[in-house]
Amino acid sequence: MEDAKKLEAFEAKINSGVKIEPKDWMPEAYRKQLVRMMSQHAHSEIVGMLPEGNWITRAPNLRRKAILLAKVQDEGGHGLYLYSAAETLGVDRTELLEQLHTGKAKYSSIFNYPTLTWADIGAIGWLVDGAAIMNQTALARGSYGPYSRAMVRICKEESFHNRQGYEIMMQLAQGTPEQKAMAQDALNRWWWPAVMMLGPSDDNSPNSEQLMRWKVKMESNDAIRERFIDRTVPQAEFIGLTVPDKDLKFDEETGHYTHGKINWDEFFDVIKGNGPCNAKRLKDRIDADKNGKWVREAAVAYAAKRVKEKEIA
Amino acid sequence: MTDTQWPVWEVFVQANPGIPHKHAGSVHAPDAEMALQNARDVYSRRSEGMNIWVVPANAITASSPEDQGSFFEPSNDKPYRHPTFYKIPEGVKYL
Amino acid sequence: MNLQQAKFEYLLRLGDSSLIIGHRLSEWCGHGPILEEDLAMINIALDFVGNTSELLKYAGQLEDKGRDEDELAYMRDEREFRNLLITEQPNGDFAFTIARQFLFDTYMFFLYEGLKASKDETIAAIAAKSHKEITYHLRHTSEWMYRLGDGTAESHDRLQSAVNDLWMFTAELFDMDEVDALLIKEGVAPDLNNIKTEWETRVNEVFAKATLQLPTTTFKQKGSREGKHTEHLGFLLAEMQYLHRAYPGAKW
Repeated sequence: MEDAKKLEAFEAKINSGVKIEPKDWMPEAYRKQLVRMMSQHAHSEIVGMLPEGNWITRAPNLRRKAILLAKVQDEGGHGLYLYSAAETLGVDRTELLEQLHTGKAKYSSIFNYPTLTWADIGAIGWLVDGAAIMNQTALARGSYGPYSRAMVRICKEESFHNRQGYEIMMQLAQGTPEQKAMAQDALNRWWWPAVMMLGPSDDNSPNSEQLMRWKVKMESNDAIRERFIDRTVPQAEFIGLTVPDKDLKFDEETGHYTHGKINWDEFFDVIKGNGPCNAKRLKDRIDADKNGKWVREAAVAYAAKRVKEKEIA
Repeated sequence: MTDTQWPVWEVFVQANPGIPHKHAGSVHAPDAEMALQNARDVYSRRSEGMNIWVVPANAITASSPEDQGSFFEPSNDKPYRHPTFYKIPEGVKYL
Repeated sequence: MNLQQAKFEYLLRLGDSSLIIGHRLSEWCGHGPILEEDLAMINIALDFVGNTSELLKYAGQLEDKGRDEDELAYMRDEREFRNLLITEQPNGDFAFTIARQFLFDTYMFFLYEGLKASKDETIAAIAAKSHKEITYHLRHTSEWMYRLGDGTAESHDRLQSAVNDLWMFTAELFDMDEVDALLIKEGVAPDLNNIKTEWETRVNEVFAKATLQLPTTTFKQKGSREGKHTEHLGFLLAEMQYLHRAYPGAKW
């Protein structure tokens, strides 16, 4: 009875646009879903550092090297903001990382694809960050205060990511024939994974109705996907690249593009762990954690010694 | 020794001289000096700040949502604390 | 050798050291011991990339053969690189990276303090900007020296062994030749003998606080002034320069 009343007040608050804060009452399902989403999002950011980090040491000039470093650093920062947001709901980052390392928690499917050429760095910034921003600007309007605030900050910082990616692609598309081929090849390989990363189609996405009502999810996957395709296709055309979807058509009536069939088997397979880089990405994260253990312990031991010294003095 | 991700510190950044520090987010750090450095590295990447405070998260005491009524509503019926409460004839200046 | 040639050579030394140590640090990206430190190391790496660009750009201008900073960074071979040997040593564990960085930061801190007074205005301006960055780097790496040195038995042993392994590369920091002689005479660069004293004092202080022993290694490996490097540099350059060289003349 008590809970029904609380739930009513909770939903009324959300309806009137008031943010839910950490100490406020919330349904268990809301809390659980948020922890899941925020940690998944955080994991995606830090795993996402790896495919791009892969090219930092090979960036073709000093300017690109600096930009890429700053961008990958941002991903780390965004992971950090998101872990912090998740921690406001009483879960420790140690616990969240363990869930990542044991495979209990998921991260975005997109980062299980390899970055094979420099053009992939352009494609990621342009397509992957482009798709992510669509999602994130929606999430910035979400109902949970800490998540929404993290998203606002992230969106502000991410706006350069998208542009730098497009700039790389543009430069390649206008470059030598080899460079242009490199750009087209990257678009060919990243297009479908980017289209898929926005999540399963609406008729195959569980719990969506309740999450939308609670403003945990703000828009349906398909709606965001449509907007992504609508905005991105003309950008590809502008630099003379071809989107690898022979069924792609602009529908004059609806004002939107219709796209070809998405290979959802591939998507679910990658989510399950069978993508080209799943094992490598996870191993890299686990290794970093293992190799850092003695470092983290040393810092704690040092701090404890200083506290003891103070007590004696 | 059990491995941890270090304690959480809340970070407050002063963006410009003369204005108050504002909560920016949090960082993990083993002690105050590292908290300060981590806060600098995380929250001033785009020249957002000129001064930083770090506070151990567990040192902050916050009011509860249940306190909201008793804490804050009593001040709602005291409009005489605001200048607009007072009627001053037109033409009187500097008040 | 005229003054301009000496300056060019000197700028390569400074610029290459920044380039190579920044490159090494950037290899940590995504693999640091904790997220916060990952970000911290990238910040330092970024400062070095910026510093490299300024130094090599100016070097190219002085040389006046149409080489810009990228041409200098990406199109020279091992034997033409002038970075200090310590900067090219592979990262090893976090203790090795911190020790390498601390020893180099301390050197750079005092060196750039001297360069701020350079009679060459461009060098003085670059040094003034960089010195602020280095001041922070040194603070960060010094704090890590204390924590690792006086943390756990394991961290202490790792750091002590890192310092021992790196020690043979430290003498080279203060090597001087006719380039230095000319630039000191002209008031462009500081005397490295003075830097050495300051470096030793600071290193001793930090080692003491970090409960580290000063290494007793007597062998001193040198050679970067003549482009005689350790075998590590070739692999680093092969990776760093491959894309730039694979497509001659391409713009990125």
